[in-house]
Amino acid sequence: MSEQGIGELLSTVTADEIREWNRDHKQRGLVDKVTSPKEAVQKYIKDGMYLAIGGFGHIRISMPLIYEMVRQRIGRLRVSGHTAVHDLDVLIAGDCVDAVDVAYSFAYETRGLSKNGRRAVESGRVKCVEWTNAALSWRIKAAAMGLPFLPARNMLGSDTFKYSAARTIECPFTGQKLVALPALMPDVSIIHVHYADRFGNCLVRGTLVKDDDLAKASKRVLVTAERIVPDSFFRDAPERTTIPYFCVDAVIEAPFGSHPGNMPYEYYFDEEHIREYMKAGRDEEQLKAYLEKYVYSVDDFEAYLDLIGMRKLNSLRRLEELR
Amino acid sequence: MSEYTPVELMATVASHQLEDGRTVGVGTGLPMIAALLAQKTHAPNLIILFEAGSMAPEVPTLPISVGDSRCSHRAVAATGLAGIMETGQRGMIDYAFLGGAEVDMYGNINSTVIGDHDHPKTRLPGSGGANDFGSLSWRTIIIARHEKDKLPERVNFITTPGYIDGSGARERAGLPRGTGPYRVITNLALMGFDKETCRMKLISVHPGVTLQQVIDNTGFELLIPDDVGTSALPTKEELERLREIDPAGIIIGR
Repeated sequence: MSEQGIGELLSTVTADEIREWNRDHKQRGLVDKVTSPKEAVQKYIKDGMYLAIGGFGHIRISMPLIYEMVRQRIGRLRVSGHTAVHDLDVLIAGDCVDAVDVAYSFAYETRGLSKNGRRAVESGRVKCVEWTNAALSWRIKAAAMGLPFLPARNMLGSDTFKYSAARTIECPFTGQKLVALPALMPDVSIIHVHYADRFGNCLVRGTLVKDDDLAKASKRVLVTAERIVPDSFFRDAPERTTIPYFCVDAVIEAPFGSHPGNMPYEYYFDEEHIREYMKAGRDEEQLKAYLEKYVYSVDDFEAYLDLIGMRKLNSLRRLEELR
Repeated sequence: MSEYTPVELMATVASHQLEDGRTVGVGTGLPMIAALLAQKTHAPNLIILFEAGSMAPEVPTLPISVGDSRCSHRAVAATGLAGIMETGQRGMIDYAFLGGAEVDMYGNINSTVIGDHDHPKTRLPGSGGANDFGSLSWRTIIIARHEKDKLPERVNFITTPGYIDGSGARERAGLPRGTGPYRVITNLALMGFDKETCRMKLISVHPGVTLQQVIDNTGFELLIPDDVGTSALPTKEELERLREIDPAGIIIGR
């Protein structure tokens, strides 16, 4: 007897739809994809899309694209919350989000819960479907494998299952009861990486979280990179390629692109800035003032970094290096 | 005997539950502190796994996130969420070390919501990796606050399954056999689970705490054996290590 969660499946896809999308829409050629956040969001991100974000919520997140979505007032997004922290919170502050596939969301780990995120859910503005970090990773992995679902052994016997859109199945070989996790093919993913070439080959350092699978699973992949490297960087050492170029649709150069988040080997959290943001989050008016100052009234991410200042940014590099 | 706070005592008692040379999946907050303390005291070869992907790191300073760069410092491997949870699914994670807003008599944990799911009184973060660690690891250790409404008879929402509603329920649900909650550490006591009934059972009461205090602050009928002990006091060395791990008192100062 199959059991079924009562949550809404926020994004559906069949195995043949995955194949056909990749046949019809993914560029095979080595084409220069370098662009700006403004153009990339205008071209690839539409109201109501399903969005996934690379990194780990406040580690290696693509803030230039997140701020740009807020600036362009993208709305009604559905978002994968496989540990969503500051990334999702800023999108909620900008009223970009309608629903979240929650694994971990609306909180800042050791810093505590987010008033802004909580308010959005408790008021009914943002809907939640429950999953787990592994469940969302395996859902993404299923799409990356071109499969309609993956079986697993988590979520069983819990209300997390009950409020998900998962089902149970029996193993056809052993009869073992398993959870079936439906493939997740986001309409668009934004991933911040250490190095990318102009074609979209990427190297991610530190924990990968799930971003290799995410790049393979998504319909569109927009990459921001700390550095754009010469073509020889990957050709000379192909084992460096975490994400191959044909998964990627846009490449954006963005040093300090994870600020105020952490970027492994580059810079640590800007705790002062995160505190300022979380404090503003206690109150709708203050939050609006924050967005006005750091998002709406600046033209682009470089202008935002000017507000943060080189002195602060350099100190975050020293902090990362434990100096 | 040195002066210590209730949180420091929780951290030391929790750290004692971890065995040297074993693997442990560690959640954010106090579990992180207790695992680092175990590593710096009786369990130098404890293998810490953080859900964002790092394996066996040498954590240099207190991380803010289980996925930040402190958590992969000098690690043996930097994998991802699936890399860690597949390690658990194939039986390689000995301990899961989790916190929770609510824990019930069967060790079920709620970290999702207080009140109705769709119209919540309080929205909490959700499972994160807790359901995965708690489903797939051999033994789950839980840290919680010892208050009546934090230890209810049944949790409002089972984010991470314990023994669900009793003996055999995990296996019937399809969860891996031989797994489940092992210890619960609170600010008042150390507890385990009765093998037959799978209900929470007192092991020891913390120094300076009375049995009656434990009973009065538990929201269900706690099983109390005849041989209830007293939890070990934090040693001077443990307190020193703890304060090195969290010098600013970010977690132990709470």
